[in-house]
Amino acid sequence: MSLLVINDLKASVGEKPILKGLSLTVNAGEVHAVMGPNGSGKSTLAQVLAGNPAYEVTGGSVEYGGRNLLEMQPEERAQAGMFLAFQYPVEIPGVSNAYFLRAAYNEIRKAHGQEEVDPLEFADLMEEKLRLVDMDSSMLSRSVNTGFSGGEKKRNEILQMAVLEPRLAILDETDSGLDIDALRIVADGVNKLKRPDNATIVVTHYQRLLNYIVPDFVHVLANGRIMKSGGKDLALELEAKGYDWVIEPRGEAA
Amino acid sequence: MTSPVVTGAVESYVAAFDELSSTAALPAGPQSIRRAAFDRFATLGFPTTKNEDWHFTSVAPIAEEEFTLVTAKSGDVKRSDLERFMFGTSDWYTMVFVNGRFAPELSTIAKRPSGVTIRDLASAWNQAPGTTDRIGRLASYDNNAFTALNTAFMYDGAVIEIAKDTDVERPIHLLYVTDATAAKTMMHPRNLILVGRNARATLIESYVSTSDAMYLVNAVTEVSVAEGATLRHYKMQREGRRAFHVGTIEAHQARDSHYVSFSFATGAELSRTNIYATLDGEGCGATLNGLYMVDGEQTCDHQTQIIHAQPNCFSRELYKGVLDDRSHGVFNGKVYVHPIAQKTDGKQTNKTLLLSDTAHMDTKPQLEIFADDVKCTHGATVGQIDQTALFYLKSRGIDRALARRLLTYAFAADVLETIEVEAVREGLEQMTLERFV
Repeated sequence: MSLLVINDLKASVGEKPILKGLSLTVNAGEVHAVMGPNGSGKSTLAQVLAGNPAYEVTGGSVEYGGRNLLEMQPEERAQAGMFLAFQYPVEIPGVSNAYFLRAAYNEIRKAHGQEEVDPLEFADLMEEKLRLVDMDSSMLSRSVNTGFSGGEKKRNEILQMAVLEPRLAILDETDSGLDIDALRIVADGVNKLKRPDNATIVVTHYQRLLNYIVPDFVHVLANGRIMKSGGKDLALELEAKGYDWVIEPRGEAA
Repeated sequence: MTSPVVTGAVESYVAAFDELSSTAALPAGPQSIRRAAFDRFATLGFPTTKNEDWHFTSVAPIAEEEFTLVTAKSGDVKRSDLERFMFGTSDWYTMVFVNGRFAPELSTIAKRPSGVTIRDLASAWNQAPGTTDRIGRLASYDNNAFTALNTAFMYDGAVIEIAKDTDVERPIHLLYVTDATAAKTMMHPRNLILVGRNARATLIESYVSTSDAMYLVNAVTEVSVAEGATLRHYKMQREGRRAFHVGTIEAHQARDSHYVSFSFATGAELSRTNIYATLDGEGCGATLNGLYMVDGEQTCDHQTQIIHAQPNCFSRELYKGVLDDRSHGVFNGKVYVHPIAQKTDGKQTNKTLLLSDTAHMDTKPQLEIFADDVKCTHGATVGQIDQTALFYLKSRGIDRALARRLLTYAFAADVLETIEVEAVREGLEQMTLERFV
C-alpha cells in the first residue's frame, strides 16, 4: 500500500486557485523532490498536506496511510506521522524550545497510547538528537525560534523532525537561506533519519539540496500541476536548462 | 458628581453601621473617621457608569445585593486548606485572615526578624494608637465610594512596620481567605504598610476562597515608602467565582524610593482593582505590572493611577490580560505629571489577548501632562491568537486546547518574568498554563 496518494488535488487561497489537479504517489522508503519556479504551488502543496486552514481544498483526494487525510486535523496528521519542515519557522517568544519539543513528543506518544516522558528522560533523548543536527543544548532553553538565525531556524526544524521521527517528512524550501555548511548539516540530519518505512518529500526551487539528499523521483510543478516526472537526473537537467522547457507556454510569462 | 444607583442600596448599610459601632467599637479618633466616611458613602452612593472612573463596569450587582456584616470570628479553615495558596513555601511570614478576621492559629509570624513589626489591626487600635492614627491619611474616600465604605466598616487587617535600614529577606504574606460560612457577607479588610528609610521588603497580599460562595471583599491597603526604601508588593486576587472583589492600594513614595507592584487577578464574578501611586519626592521609581485572566461571565477591571508630583522620577507600567468566553476586561491607566515634575520618564503598555469572539476589552490610557520636559509614552493593543503560531503548534501534534494554553502562557511570559520572587513567579506561570484548560 502506498503511504501517500494524491489524486487530482485542487486548492485555493481566498478566491485564487493555486493547485489545479495535482496527482502524486509516494511509497515508504522513497525520496521525492518537488521542484518548480516561484509561484508554481510548491509551498501550497506542503501547507495543504499539513492541513493549514488558510488553504481551501476545492477538489480531489489525498489518502495517507489508508486514511482520508483531508478529514484530519493538523494535529491528527502529525500524530499519524506527518511532519512539515516549515519554509518560515514560526517564532513563539515565551515558550522554551525544550518545553515545546517535549509537549509535541508527548502529544504524539499519548495519541499512540504510550506514556508521557518526564523532563529528565526527555533531556537524555535530546542529547542524541542534538548531535544529529550539530546543535548546542543551549538552544533548548531559548524561546522557540525567537532570535534564531535563518540557519538555526532550519536546523531547529530538523531537530523537531529527529525528535518526532515522522513516517512522511515534507521539507519546504529547507535549503533557502542556508550557507553550504548549514546545508550539509541539515542534509546529513535528514539522511540519517531515512529508514525503509518512512518517506520524504523535498520541496525546492534549486537543485543544490539534491546533491546532498538524493531523490528517487523528481517532479516538476508548474501552474498547479505536475508537468513532468523523472529520476534524479531530471534535477540536473533543470539546473542546466531552467524550467521553461518543461512548462507548457500557457498564459503570459510573468 | 455621582448619584446613588438605588437609594435602598445605601439604606441597607445604615443598620449595619449602627450595629458595628456597638459590637466592634474603636477608640474615639478612628470612630469619628468611620462616621465621617459613612456619611460620605451615604452622600456618594454606589458609582454608576456615568461616573468616569466606572464608565465600563457596572457595580449594580453589588449595589443590589444585601450583605451581612460579620465582625465576629467565623469559618472553619484548616492549615491544609491553605497549602495551595502558599506558593509551595513555608518560610514566609504569613498572616492568615479567615472571613476578614485575623487567625493567629493559622499564621506564622512568631519568628520575625528585628525591625519588623506585624500587628493585627483589631488589636492595634488600642495597642499602637500612634501607628493606627496614620490610617486614612493616604487613602482618600472623598471621591471613592468603596474606600468610604471600607473606612466606615474598617476593623481588622494588617499593620506592618519595617524599621529604617531593615532588609527583610523573606516575603510577608497577608492571606485573606473566605470559606462557605462567608456566604452573603461583606468584609472590609484594612491594611497599613509602613516601610522605613532605606528599608527593603516584599509584601504579598492574597485574596482567596475555599468555596464558591457569593460574598463581597472590599479591601483598602495604604502604603508608605520612605526615603530610599523599596517595597515589592504583589497582589493576588483569586477569589471564588461568584464573589465580588474591590481592592484599592494607595502608595505614597518619598524621595529615592521604589515601589514595585504586581496585580494578578483571575477570580471573582466582578472585580475591581485600584492601584494608585504618588511619587512625592525626586528620584523615585514606580513599576506597576499586572496580569488578568478571566473567562465565563467574569468582569475584571483595573484602574491604575501614577502621580508624578516631583521631578526626575520614572514609572513603568505593563498590564497584560487574557479573556475567554463572554468575559469583560477593563484597564484604565492614569498618569498625571504635575507642572514641576520635569524629566519625568513614563511608559505604559496594556495588551490583551482575546481567546473568543465574545470576550470584550475596554482599555483607556489617560495621560495628563502639565510639565514640558518629560518623556511619556503609552500603548494599548487587543488581539487574538496568532493563527500562524497556532497552526505551527498543531502541525507538531499539539492539539488545539494545549496549543491555546501554550500561546496564552507565551503571551503572558514577559510580564511574569518581571516577578522577582521565584516561588511567586513559578506559581503564576503554572496558574497561567492551567487557567484555560
